[in-house]
Amino acid sequence: MDFFDRFAVPHPSVAIYASMAAIGLTVIAVIAGITYFKKWGYLWREWLTTVDHKRIGIMYLLSALLMLFRGGVDAIMMRAQLAVPENTLLDAQHYNEIFTTHGIVMILFMAMPFIMFFMNFVVPLQIGARDVAFPRLNALSFWLFFMGAMLFNISFVVGGSPDAGWTSYFPLAGNEFSTSVGTNYYMIAIQIAGIGTLMTGINFITTILKMRAPGMTLMKMPMFTWSALIANVIIVFAFPVLAVLLAMGTLDRQFGTQFFTMDNGGMDMLWANLFWVWGHPEVYILILPAFGIYSEIISTFARRNLYGYKSMVGSMVIISLLSFLVWAHHFFTMGQGALTNSIFSITTMAIAVPTGVKIFNWLLTLRKGKIVFTTPMLYSMLFIPLFTLGGVTGVMLAMSAADYQYHNTMFLVAHFHNVIIPGVVYAMLAGLHYYWPKMFGFMLNEKIGKWTAWLLSIGFVLAFMPMYASGLDGQARRMYTYSEAAGFGLLNMISFVGAAIMAIGFVLIVYNIYYSTRYESRDISNDPWDARTLEWSTHTPVPEYNFAILPEVRSNEALWDAKKNGHVLFKGEYEKIHMPNNSGIPFIMSCIFFVWGFSFIFSLWIPVIVTTLGIFGCMALRSFEQDHGRYISVKEIEETETNLRGA
Amino acid sequence: MQKKKTKWVLYSVVITIFTFLTGCEPLLVLDPKGPQAERQASDILMSIGLMSFIVIVVFSLLIYMLVKYRASKQSADYEPPHIEGNIWVEVIMVGIPVIIVAFLSYVSVQSNYIVEAKPKGYEDTKPLVVYASSSDWKWHFSYPEEGIETVNYLYIPTDRALEFRLYTYGPITSFWIPQLGGQKYAMSDMVTTLHLAADDPGEFMGRNANFSGKGFAENTFNVTAMSQEDFDDWVKEVKETAKPITEKKFEELLEPGHLGQQTYTGTHLEFSPPPTGHNHSEESSESHETENQPDSHTGHEGMSH
Repeated sequence: MDFFDRFAVPHPSVAIYASMAAIGLTVIAVIAGITYFKKWGYLWREWLTTVDHKRIGIMYLLSALLMLFRGGVDAIMMRAQLAVPENTLLDAQHYNEIFTTHGIVMILFMAMPFIMFFMNFVVPLQIGARDVAFPRLNALSFWLFFMGAMLFNISFVVGGSPDAGWTSYFPLAGNEFSTSVGTNYYMIAIQIAGIGTLMTGINFITTILKMRAPGMTLMKMPMFTWSALIANVIIVFAFPVLAVLLAMGTLDRQFGTQFFTMDNGGMDMLWANLFWVWGHPEVYILILPAFGIYSEIISTFARRNLYGYKSMVGSMVIISLLSFLVWAHHFFTMGQGALTNSIFSITTMAIAVPTGVKIFNWLLTLRKGKIVFTTPMLYSMLFIPLFTLGGVTGVMLAMSAADYQYHNTMFLVAHFHNVIIPGVVYAMLAGLHYYWPKMFGFMLNEKIGKWTAWLLSIGFVLAFMPMYASGLDGQARRMYTYSEAAGFGLLNMISFVGAAIMAIGFVLIVYNIYYSTRYESRDISNDPWDARTLEWSTHTPVPEYNFAILPEVRSNEALWDAKKNGHVLFKGEYEKIHMPNNSGIPFIMSCIFFVWGFSFIFSLWIPVIVTTLGIFGCMALRSFEQDHGRYISVKEIEETETNLRGA
Repeated sequence: MQKKKTKWVLYSVVITIFTFLTGCEPLLVLDPKGPQAERQASDILMSIGLMSFIVIVVFSLLIYMLVKYRASKQSADYEPPHIEGNIWVEVIMVGIPVIIVAFLSYVSVQSNYIVEAKPKGYEDTKPLVVYASSSDWKWHFSYPEEGIETVNYLYIPTDRALEFRLYTYGPITSFWIPQLGGQKYAMSDMVTTLHLAADDPGEFMGRNANFSGKGFAENTFNVTAMSQEDFDDWVKEVKETAKPITEKKFEELLEPGHLGQQTYTGTHLEFSPPPTGHNHSEESSESHETENQPDSHTGHEGMSH
């Protein structure tokens, strides 16, 4: 039995047993359902083996929404625990696990795939390409991310979740203080997902640089494509640091090295430094594409071109450079001295300048416009004031001497939620509403959508503004409880109410999807928002080859040009189209990665060796495989086009 | 003068809002009781004031644009113009934030050197050196010059510079007494220095601010500031009544768990000296004798892990 003991959860509770049962039943129900409806073949042919960027994008979206709810449940549990002093809803261990998984799930398994969804779905369409540069690699990226995320999530019911914070600082996360396998999950699951992200980075840089439509020079790219390009450049520079860091952490925990240990010359702050060398650029990987989405939406619904295109691009380039020069502001209190702190204080504040330029450009885009309040626009208009609040508190945190008082407190927690929720999450929800018709051929209900945006914003203000105050009153972050005398009770109760309102907002999003699927009209045009860029110039739903004829472009608003200035986008005759073949290898290889990761986490070396061979086998198979793709004939194209036009 | 007045009006508005939110008690960080915390509180209030200005500008511009350029306010055939950027608008857009950031950077750099040095107003006093070390989930305070040690409570004299030397026997912790000044990390491989001072007698909350595992929430300590005479009396009393700290006793204290307040004579520095890792921020100080202990690299031998 000793062998099986390791898989037990070290600190079980009723909630965990209930989740085990729920997860088990759901899996059985899903398998039974697919079998009953005879969908295995469909699932395999159309989704598991697909290399189509649009379908991969949609799978990213589904994963992100799933993880949003996992992370959201964590959040509401934390707020409930802290709503009253000396609450006993959760004990310290559970609270620690929950805030750790909340952070990792929300950043790496919710926000990242959401961004990946937009890049996958939108970028090839926006640059007039038929797919990404390496479609099969793209499928592998997705499946590695997905398996990493699933592996991380089973930690909850097998072996125990990590509990050292999403930053996983050593030596707390080392063997000395974290004896369960929880932190192994952290190291391995994020590693697997991270490899996928790194490949995405290379894939999209190549796609954007090499596959743009004729006439689309770099300075004629739509703003979202620019933001995706820069985010992917950051990925390629930042994610190798994460890979090395996680490998070092794994070596420390499982192979007895001493990089971050307390004895034998280990340096605990080395982890913190490397973590933030990756971690700070990471937040810009999330926020820059979000800025790109806002740029598209604001310009579309102000019915005007984006103001200051060049300065928008320039500011993103500057932000990407500065993002690598500020990491030490995450630990001004390490004792590195006044000089070092001063340097990082100034570089951090400097980021406010290009970010401010972007805010003012958006405001000036509204000027002389003809503003239409759709749901995506409403989210964008709520983003500007709320994000500004988060931005200015960021400048406050950048003042290193004052940061000694903010650091590790709820003030900091309030700040980063204040930038990430209005900055990234609103962009995703705005983008979801915006691109939904292109994906599925019907709109999401506008009325429910606007209600959701307002509820989320009211909830957001109630949930996070009090934290600024409680932080200044001495409430450290990550405390699972506090005494009545501390006086944080009222503020935390308001936070809880806010979190509950936000929860209603998120449930409304699901309801909106359900409602719109049933009742919204299918009779919409290819360009329901009267937008300006290429992704709206093709049919809805988008045919697998995206564009029957590759568009020609002469400005950064190609479709607008075509609509208003008589520019002809599609010239010439149909020609046969070269498309990549589907492949099962990315999925199978990622499944092997999953088993590899699981075995590695529990130090089961024989399966680790077998699966390692399997992974290399898949790579070898790919190397020797002759697959030159396939052609879609002119006749097929004509048929598809006629059908879509008729629809 | 007028400018200063409006600034203080702004400050008081901000403070009133915060006070209201927290049930009429002033927020700890904004209720400083020592020069370092005062400097930090004034930086915080100044930046809140300046940032409120930016927030007001952005909010007003946004509201103006949204009200003026709504589609419903315009004729159906209005076609918004195509406007590229304008160099002068961009100069203003960059210039004003640059000025604001430059000003804040100037203040920030100045404050950095202030909080990393002997507290203002107490430059001429001989600092009281206290070694504050943490273990899961306690604080040990060693007074090498007085030859006493306490657990989970700290007595300090007012009107005198305090120099805390921080390190840990466990995960990274952060030593924080909000009303006296900001926090600093305590790590296992080096000693960091935090300069504080208390202006008036009183009791303050102190805690570990950096997450350190299961017992983190309760990882707090009480701080009592008193006059130098009272402090001397207390030291004398401890010396007469408390038991000496032994290596064995100290090892027991290091065991993970929570303890109440305890008092000992002698310090653990003698048999379990602090780590000797380099520390950039350490300013000159009179008493280095405790660092020059023989075989000083055995900092972790007392650990039972």
